Amino acid sequence: MYDNIFRSLYLIRRTEEEVARAYPTDKIKSPVHLSIGQEAVAVGVCEALGPEDIIFCSYRSHASYLAKGGDLNAMVAELYGKATGSAKGKGGSMHLVDIPHGVMGASAVVGTPIANAIGYAYALKLRHSNQIVACFFGDGATDEGVFYESLNWAAVKELPIIFICENNGYAIHTAQSTRQKNTQLWQKAAAQGVPAERIDGNDVLSIYEHVSETIQSLRTKKAMGPFFFECMTYRWREHVGPNEDYQLGYRDLSELAPWVETDQVERIGGMLDPIQRKQIEVDVEAEIASAFLYADQSPFPDPSELYTDIT
Amino acid sequence: MERVLSYVDAIREATDQEMEHDSSVIEFGLDVDDPKRIQGTTRGLVEKYGPERVFGTPLSEDAMTGAAIGMAMAGLRPIHVHIRMDFLMLSMNQLINIAAKARYMYGGQVAIPLVVRSMIGKSWGQGAQHSQGLYSFFMHVPGLKVVAPTTPYDAKGSLIAAIRDDNPVMYVEHRILHFQKGRVPEDLYTVSPGKARITAEGRDVTIVGISNMQVECLRAQHYLSEIGISAEVIDPIWLSPLDIDTIADSVRKTGRLIVVDNGWTTCGAGSEIAAQVMECLQDERSIRIHRMGFAPTSCPPSPTLEEAFYPNGRTIAAAAHELVTGVNDWLPTEQTELREIEFKGPF
Repeated sequence: MYDNIFRSLYLIRRTEEEVARAYPTDKIKSPVHLSIGQEAVAVGVCEALGPEDIIFCSYRSHASYLAKGGDLNAMVAELYGKATGSAKGKGGSMHLVDIPHGVMGASAVVGTPIANAIGYAYALKLRHSNQIVACFFGDGATDEGVFYESLNWAAVKELPIIFICENNGYAIHTAQSTRQKNTQLWQKAAAQGVPAERIDGNDVLSIYEHVSETIQSLRTKKAMGPFFFECMTYRWREHVGPNEDYQLGYRDLSELAPWVETDQVERIGGMLDPIQRKQIEVDVEAEIASAFLYADQSPFPDPSELYTDIT
Repeated sequence: MERVLSYVDAIREATDQEMEHDSSVIEFGLDVDDPKRIQGTTRGLVEKYGPERVFGTPLSEDAMTGAAIGMAMAGLRPIHVHIRMDFLMLSMNQLINIAAKARYMYGGQVAIPLVVRSMIGKSWGQGAQHSQGLYSFFMHVPGLKVVAPTTPYDAKGSLIAAIRDDNPVMYVEHRILHFQKGRVPEDLYTVSPGKARITAEGRDVTIVGISNMQVECLRAQHYLSEIGISAEVIDPIWLSPLDIDTIADSVRKTGRLIVVDNGWTTCGAGSEIAAQVMECLQDERSIRIHRMGFAPTSCPPSPTLEEAFYPNGRTIAAAAHELVTGVNDWLPTEQTELREIEFKGPF
């Protein structure tokens, strides 16, 4: 299990570092919202999900997309605006999608997919499916009215869905404490009738265990959904773009230190046999290099593609 | 003998028949399962199909629209009902940013077979927020289809077409039209997107009437015929995609076009129709165009003000007369048998 978790953490971290490295070349034709530092949440949750389960993502979706098994080649090609991209160059970084792997898409409008996720979960319930939906969003999404409306209805209908709030403390550059009187997001979920808890979002094993347990009880119908996890995490880089942004002054570099000290890529990597770890790293590096080459060599969509996939 | 149904029953029957043969069709919205059953359009459905497929919702238009989209992504064919079109303003983010775009921005990997039913109100003091015909908002956005049927026949056929469509369809009803009765076949049939209907043939002026204004246009046609002006009346039925060819063909013949919108004229459906007709015909012949619609105010509830707010058969006829003769000197005397059935409360 540790090898899978490490592989996923390392894949996401290194892919995004490569995205950041490639960014100044202007080969990437899409704004990117990097998850570096927040990988543990996506990995812990998706490791607990099955391949048949469904995720809905925020615009900061590289981590959840890859953790769920989303196609790496298609992702990088989409960032490059190529015809081989996950959405044929019509989505971009903020709308990654991989239906065969259960990645049902992502929205640039904050909070919007929460409502789509509950609808999907309702359809699963109506069909007596054993699948489960996990919905990722940030603390900013809990500013939106749709968050409350959606959790309420999910609770009313006892839907098979797990809400994963990645609380990184900021909506763009605005701290949660300046936007919200009560910053205990799990309490807001609980107030909607959704069983909720706050967990350490930078402990991938703890997240995995919490979510696995919940999924087990949902699958065996010991408990009905929904459930809510507030995962405390931290965004290491800027809101959008490849760089750090501590010079802007809205947050202090000292905030970052404890998160780097407990970096889960290093932690889980350290739990593996060094030879095994090296092998995973070599394999993943080859995969990433291949994906960037694939994106680079893929053609741009033909202009006639502008008018396909529309009513 | 041809069977006659009301517009309400045509909608109910279309929904029932589609739900019967396709278990993926579900219907929900505020009050869908309450005792009044959305003027009767959802009567009997929860009893027949159960509360999992027919249900009322919280007053959460935003989330429930998003949920409808999610259901559609999962392969259901949801019908989301809003008893007032005005309430759709709470659903705009989901409709414009997700429903209209998901298929495209996900590279064709998902379909959104969603129907959004909504009703425009009129009469008996509906006021500013129970009266708006906002369909042009949705015509503006690629990825959405828009239909505003006028007759019971088209209400049934276009609803079936909307339910079977793999794209989101805004299905626009009108409370006054709910009282209409007309021929409705018992069989399943579709009134397909992109086909307008000529509802009265004529040679002097083309009058296009949208939603309930179609009824007023037919009244105008009657008034005009009494003074020897022959009006061709067209019901676009589907506003997006729009059958501009049928309208342009008519104007090619008459040389005159009046578009009567069931909304405000600025940036409205009528503006779009007028512009497209002009683009079609400007190299062929000179034409004269006139737009009519709501007064450029909010809708007032007081009867004298409300009466002046809307075009009606007489004002449309007068405008057509002026367009044909060039003289503004005629307003038909009201014929009470042509007055519409007024919607009266309480509701």
